Amino acid sequence: MASKNSKSNAPMSEAEMLASYRVMKTIREFEWRMIKEFEAGNIPGFIHSYDGQEAIATGVCRNLTDSDFIGSTHRGHGHCIAKGCAVPDMMKEIMARSTGLCNGKGGSMHIADFSKGMLGANAIVGGAPPLCVGAALTAKSKNTGAVSVSFTGDGASNQGTVFESMNLAVVLQLPAIFVYENNGYGEATSAAYAVGSKDIAGRAAAFGMPAVKVDGADFFAVHAVAKEAVDRGRNGGGPTAIEASITRFGGHFVGDPQLYRVDGEVETYREELNCLKNFIDRVCTEKWLTLKSLKIIDSEILKLLDAAVIGALAAPHPKPEDLFENVYKSY
Amino acid sequence: MPIKTIREVIGETLSAEMRRDHDVFLMGEDVAGGAGCSGEDDAFGGAFGTYKGMVGEFGRGRVIDTPISESAFIGAAGGAAATGMRPVVDLMFVDFIGVCFDQIFNQMAKFRYMFGGKSEAPVVILAMVGAGLRAGAQHSQMLHPMLTAVPGLKVVMPSNAYDTKGLLTSAIRDNDPVIVLLHKLLFEASCEVPDEDYQIPFGEAAFTRQGNDVTIVALSSMVHKANAVADKLAAQGIAADVIDPRTTSPLDEEAILESVEVSGRLVVVDEANERCSLAADISSLVADRGFSSLRSGIKKVTAPHTPVPFAPVLEDQYIPSEADIEAAVMAVLKP
Repeated sequence: MASKNSKSNAPMSEAEMLASYRVMKTIREFEWRMIKEFEAGNIPGFIHSYDGQEAIATGVCRNLTDSDFIGSTHRGHGHCIAKGCAVPDMMKEIMARSTGLCNGKGGSMHIADFSKGMLGANAIVGGAPPLCVGAALTAKSKNTGAVSVSFTGDGASNQGTVFESMNLAVVLQLPAIFVYENNGYGEATSAAYAVGSKDIAGRAAAFGMPAVKVDGADFFAVHAVAKEAVDRGRNGGGPTAIEASITRFGGHFVGDPQLYRVDGEVETYREELNCLKNFIDRVCTEKWLTLKSLKIIDSEILKLLDAAVIGALAAPHPKPEDLFENVYKSY
Repeated sequence: MPIKTIREVIGETLSAEMRRDHDVFLMGEDVAGGAGCSGEDDAFGGAFGTYKGMVGEFGRGRVIDTPISESAFIGAAGGAAATGMRPVVDLMFVDFIGVCFDQIFNQMAKFRYMFGGKSEAPVVILAMVGAGLRAGAQHSQMLHPMLTAVPGLKVVMPSNAYDTKGLLTSAIRDNDPVIVLLHKLLFEASCEVPDEDYQIPFGEAAFTRQGNDVTIVALSSMVHKANAVADKLAAQGIAADVIDPRTTSPLDEEAILESVEVSGRLVVVDEANERCSLAADISSLVADRGFSSLRSGIKKVTAPHTPVPFAPVLEDQYIPSEADIEAAVMAVLKP
């Protein structure tokens, strides 16, 4: 993509870089705010933080439009934000308010916004890939040129549903993209233990589709491989798999003491695998963006989140009669 | 009026709906058959030849043969439905639901509720149920009780060709996921079926026999046995209501309660295993809301709490018989 800034050799326009930064930073600040609100008792149930994996959702979704589809995981806040879900409406949903994105019926693990092509966070590990293949089938049947992206983790990469979905996508040559976010842990078990072949992309390639590995802490690298996959899907080239390596800054769930990780592991990763730090270093060193322009975005995000929390806490709870709403269209 | 079998009306109805609405398509294992093979195309047309000829009319883009991957294609039906299509998927034997149940009860059944009414999954899943073909423990079950128990799913169990056409048409035009369970012993059952399309609404039972002395509720193939018993008893001066609920979710509770209010006596016949069966469900409904009408205890006629056996002598013993139904009726009629 040609840059609007003639002085730079940037891989994308200044506006696109600023927009991407805004998404990544919004996700991180959102997740940090989630922890605070969770600890304050403002969030029922439990939540799973996307803190650290921002470049993957953002790098992929910046290549998509509202007509494209994504399916997500239990760790889905980042995918929602990257696909364009309104942060205030997400906040209300996670706080179980009737004006939330799903009227308070979904919660953290079931946020969806079909108007944005966001087909739902999914609390079943490996639950979304078959659905994403179906959305890709819709795109192919209706010849819309849309693609359908299934975000899953290293844990889901071992599920039979995922294998079946990859095979069906290859057999029917569907515009599906399987994004594996290998954050090193499925709950409290290492991917090095649970992924028998130690090679998620290699396993995907064996199903008969192009499969690439990418550094999940490098936004620009993720964006580039995702663009190639999206172009392939749009042009009738069938499915692609992407394995993005990253770590999990937090535990499996917020409150997980992470006894299975050695002391200092997360701190080291926060330095070495920090996609936001990497992004800022890169764009400032290359002089593609100024730190000042990023700081302005930072302050806007904090204001957005403050307002979202205030709005959500003031929003109404569902009414008793809502219990019976929307089980069926008619019954 | 033409006489048609259930097998004939399935293909006829589906084809008519696919001509009417281009978002409707058929997907499953060997719904055409012959994909990638050196021999005949459309070799199967579904396991029982139900869809024969459809791939010729609609092409492989709308009659889609899948790998033997139920989770993937049943789940893909949910995803396609949520994004604007109206898939009809053939699971073949309902026993195969075990490998893909997550995509049914956790995914498509919950979309509308979990996403605040902003999503829906207009999927039809066709599956064969029932014992009697010596098909053994993994190809002979009913399984409608566990499907009926899932909020968000609708469950349809036609007992004749006329109802099959009307209910299947309604299922395809319905905006919720619908499971249509077809008894394999009924595929060649025939009756008068009009050529033009019509719908039968869900939750409306049919009275296949009418009488004031006893109420017999029966499902699927058991309706025919209940009718035979009712006809036999009629000759002895005993008049039975035979109620075919036709759909177990929604269930026409009022039809059953109103009949029992008159007869005061209830026999429920269900080929499912006894525990948590529709027979148990309907018995509890009447005990709860129609107790004052009852003039005797309720009798259930069901399969025993065993897997379906292979040996013909055992399978015949397993399946509720006309003699079992008659004995139950006589028991509730005892003063």
